Amino acid sequence: MLLQAAREKGNLAKIRRATVGGDTGQGGSMTGLRYESPPTLDAAVALLNNAKGLARVLAGGTDVIVQMETDLIEPELLVDIKKIPGLRTIVAENGGFRIGATVSGMEMVEHAALCATWPGVIDGVKLIGSIQVKGRATIAGNLCNGSPAADSVPPLAAAGAVARVIGPQGTREIAVAKIPAGPGKTHLGKGEIVESIFLPARAKHSGDAYERFTPRTEMDIAVVGVAVNLTLDTSGVVISARVVLGAVAPTILEPADCAKAIVGTRLEEAALEQLAAAASAACRPIDDKRGTREFRVTVAGVLARRVAQKAYDRARHIA
Amino acid sequence: MSRKHHITLQVNGDEHEFLCEPQQTLLDVIRDELMLTGTKEGCATGDCGACSVMLDGRLVCSCLVLAVEAEGTSVETIEGMASGDRLHPLQRNFLELNGLQCGICTPGILIAARALLEKNPNPTETEARYWLAGNLCRCTGYDKVIRSVLAAAAEMRGA
Ligand SMILES: Cc1cc2nc3c(=O)[nH]c(=O)nc-3n(C[C@@H](O)[C@@H](O)[C@H](O)COP(=O)(O)OP(=O)(O)OC[C@H]3O[C@@H](n4cnc5c(N)ncnc54)[C@H](O)[C@@H]3O)c2cc1C
Ligand code: FES
Ligand code: FES
Repeated sequence: MLLQAAREKGNLAKIRRATVGGDTGQGGSMTGLRYESPPTLDAAVALLNNAKGLARVLAGGTDVIVQMETDLIEPELLVDIKKIPGLRTIVAENGGFRIGATVSGMEMVEHAALCATWPGVIDGVKLIGSIQVKGRATIAGNLCNGSPAADSVPPLAAAGAVARVIGPQGTREIAVAKIPAGPGKTHLGKGEIVESIFLPARAKHSGDAYERFTPRTEMDIAVVGVAVNLTLDTSGVVISARVVLGAVAPTILEPADCAKAIVGTRLEEAALEQLAAAASAACRPIDDKRGTREFRVTVAGVLARRVAQKAYDRARHIA
Repeated sequence: MSRKHHITLQVNGDEHEFLCEPQQTLLDVIRDELMLTGTKEGCATGDCGACSVMLDGRLVCSCLVLAVEAEGTSVETIEGMASGDRLHPLQRNFLELNGLQCGICTPGILIAARALLEKNPNPTETEARYWLAGNLCRCTGYDKVIRSVLAAAAEMRGA
């Protein structure tokens, strides 16, 4: 896949250079690309809302630039939101954390309090590409790109994260889980920008975890991803749980039967078996060279129990 | 036609100015406008790490940064790694321990490895391997790369 993409890209890079060098004709609308870095969110919203052709928010650019480079998209307008003050902060709020839209993955990974409170979300962030990619990539971008395999999305959804969205009609708060609409699609409207993502305060004895299965250990796309977020009572019984599956359907899935299988238990073998069966039953995966349908269905069950155990162990250790 | 952007930035401590189009990447500009060809292009899609540079102190792929985004930033490339004729310990250890063959991946690996050692002067082999997972090498099989990094780390710690 890498080779083929690289070969195709060789040509594109040449086309791009020819265009940049002042050659006319080649490169089509790429010569018409406009870059704006507005000073406020309102100005960014207006630019997007008034755009006639394809417009894109530019955050870390790790999806947008790749998509431009491989000719998947030819935007007319890029609205860089990184110069907007106040978006690049992780702020403690009501016992939780508000993560601005331009905070990079590495900035999250280096934030000790965030890592201690939401380790499962950080599991997901750590899996986003290389150190280099995480130096730019944002979780808002990971979410808004709409990939069913985006690694930060299942743990954010399981955490009950809420996005603050600014648009032409004003501000609204929407659960992260409600934003994905299918491959490359979101439920955001024209001109809407995610300003920040809020991770709520945690109840005592809570833990979360995320794992994915990939053919390689690093730099690969999830074949299946599972996030579990749960809370225990003082005797170690699960009193609430959220289980979210990634990469096994056009959007993330939160099968009610998965959570039901473990609430009221201490993750005894029977509960874990039921959880695995519920996770496998919920999958509606694609069948491709990275994993057959049957394989993905099986792995979803295996991962679900493994991740639930990890979240459980964390919950017992986090006071 | 799109507007050309006037960009000012620092590269290896020196101020540079150039005009660029919005679709040009920082990598394009570093190589083709500033003629600093030590930074390599292997894929142009963030997969290989050959284009690794430091951008305001952060390790990034310069193929995934538009040149216009780099306005006002400070960039460090491989050309700034040695001090005059004196090689950086990483560079010397790569030479002495054969941490490179064709050398295409090497500038990116050296930049990434220096970023690792600045954060973690005593990485384990596993930590070094994970940190460098975004730097692909088709020649060495990585073993000598990792050995060179760990040897440089030991030398820099004075061990
Ligand atoms: C080599 C490589 C490996 C990767 N590996 C992984 C991986 O293992 N797992 C994984 O999950 N991802 C992976 N990715 C993709 C990951 O880097 C992106 O999904 C990233 O998180 C997107 O964030 P960004 O800030 O770079 O977004 P951008 O590229 O800037 O934007 C992505 C999309 O979201 C929109 N957008 C961005 N921010 C906002 C906002 N605030 N409001 C509204 N819309 C917005 C953009 O318009 C665009 O459509 C990889 C990428 C590369 C290049
Ligand atoms: S050229 Fe930038 S990562 Fe390959
Ligand atoms: S030495 Fe040739 S690619 Fe690494």
